[in-house]
Amino acid sequence: MTRTRLVEIERDILDKNNGIAANNRALFIADDLLVFNLLSSPGAGKTTLLVRAVSELKCSRWVGVIEGDQQTSNDAKRIQAAGVPAVQINTGKNCHLDAAMIGDAYRRLPLLSGGILFIENVGNLICPAAFDLGETCKIVVFSITEGEDKPLKYPDVFAASSLMVINKIDLASLLEFDVGKAIEYARRVNPKIDVIVVSARTGEGFAALYAWIDRQAGRQRRAFEDKGR
Amino acid sequence: MAICLGIIQIVEEKVHERSSSRVRSICLEMGALSHAAPEAIRFCFAAAATRTVAEGAALNIVELPGVAWCMSCSKSVEIARRGECCPCCGSYHLQVTAGEQMRVKELEID
Ligand SMILES: Nc1nc2c(ncn2[C@@H]2O[C@H](COP(=O)(O)OP(=O)(O)O)[C@@H](O)[C@H]2O)c(=O)[nH]1
Ligand SMILES: [Mg+2]
Ligand SMILES: [Zn+2]
Repeated sequence: MTRTRLVEIERDILDKNNGIAANNRALFIADDLLVFNLLSSPGAGKTTLLVRAVSELKCSRWVGVIEGDQQTSNDAKRIQAAGVPAVQINTGKNCHLDAAMIGDAYRRLPLLSGGILFIENVGNLICPAAFDLGETCKIVVFSITEGEDKPLKYPDVFAASSLMVINKIDLASLLEFDVGKAIEYARRVNPKIDVIVVSARTGEGFAALYAWIDRQAGRQRRAFEDKGR
Repeated sequence: MAICLGIIQIVEEKVHERSSSRVRSICLEMGALSHAAPEAIRFCFAAAATRTVAEGAALNIVELPGVAWCMSCSKSVEIARRGECCPCCGSYHLQVTAGEQMRVKELEID
């Protein structure tokens, strides 16, 4: 005879991923690494932006990249051609990276102590927002071809990100894109989000991006020292 | 879909722990500001549960409201989704304080 029992569980659905992400984060902090998780729609310009940024940043510190894509390894090749180590993860049917994939991929990279790890997530504005990878913070890249109201259509990803990079500003004269409006919409969803406007094609705005990265490095160092006290 | 797989993983673990073989119902708690809409979960759950211990289980979803602190009127207000303004003063200076959870609350097993 069977008896129906009620079992209390009270567990977060993403518990398992969150646990692995916490391990990754501890590892990244021990290695004194800044880790940025880049999210966007397909084609917003993440890889183009990374190729330019890593080519310049590699002169002053260790830089590595983990590339997520459902099928191909073209993006990792583009990064490697810029002279920076890159590991490709093919997620297959999965539309996002998870913390376990990042833990494995990180072990396949050379030691980046004191440097920066960029993670290019799968081009998708929904699922990646839910998955903590152990990153220092998330960065959402959004191009001016996508329309000002993207932050209202996909609020989760903008709420989860510390920085919004508005890309392809070189096309501004061709498109009617209201930067002020895009920022206003993003701040409705996340009043604290930082904003930088760039062109990954021409390099416009990248000085501001590097200054922002340096501020994150300073912030991380201070947090680390405070903890050590 | 990844969320549905996460639910099933937790259910499978619990069911094995208790050496049971059948799940009658699964109760979830979903905040209005969480990453998944209840309709989406209901939609993909049946497919994700096929040929697992959760196949055929009833899915009960308790929906919890989104709550934010309005920095302009200094009080707690309810919002239905992110990007909405404060229902009292119209400000967008809101800090979400509750309604982001996605939890498996309880199971009914044989
Ligand atoms: N005009 C212009 N095109 C860009 C810019 N950044 C990227 N692109 C183009 O947008 C397309 C997609 O870029 P990619 O970096 O592969 O996007 P990803 O899918 O986000 O990695 C490519 O054709 C790029 O050349 C930019 O700043 N300006
Ligand atoms: Mg890419
Ligand atoms: Zn208010």
